[in-house]
Amino acid sequence: MNNRLKVLRAERAWSQSDLAERLAVSRQSVNAIETGKYDPSLPLAFRIAELFELPIENIFTSPTKG
Amino acid sequence: MTFSPAQRRYNRSVLLLSAAYALILFGVIAFFRNGPPHGPSAYAAAILPALPIIGIFAAIGRYMIDESDEYLRMLLVRQSLWASAFSLSIATIWGFLESFDLVGHIESYYVAVLWFGGLGLGALMNRLTIGRDV
Repeated sequence: MNNRLKVLRAERAWSQSDLAERLAVSRQSVNAIETGKYDPSLPLAFRIAELFELPIENIFTSPTKG
Repeated sequence: MTFSPAQRRYNRSVLLLSAAYALILFGVIAFFRNGPPHGPSAYAAAILPALPIIGIFAAIGRYMIDESDEYLRMLLVRQSLWASAFSLSIATIWGFLESFDLVGHIESYYVAVLWFGGLGLGALMNRLTIGRDV
């Protein structure tokens, strides 16, 4: 699933490790989500959205629209 | 490389159980050499080396439950599925070959050895299908 995680992270000058720490996940998880190799669960997607203070659909592109 | 708290607990458990396995195995071999035991004590002694191995399976199960990082958990689940498919496939093939007297008998605990080897295969498959950063 495509997403804007890398852009949003870069806007805040966060490394993958910084974001991982804020989300309480591993850096590998952040990398896998950013590169679209892993789709996060709904609870994790909500945590990401809440961290960036954005609606989920502004971060993740729906597979039916992407 | 950093480990999650669940990974650290799992690594510690596996190290301790592996050491226990080696010690128990040597002890049981010596016990059987110094006059083979009979009756229930023979069965109890023979089963002893299996206990730490069962403990490792339990540690893997506990790690799957304790790991709060859903991505790492998924990787381990995939690894375990590969390990199960690999070991059970080889065991099934070997069983039929043995039934038709084409190969010799192998002790069934080697299925566990194959399963642990299969975890390595699973890690390789994760790398090939998901990428290097796993």
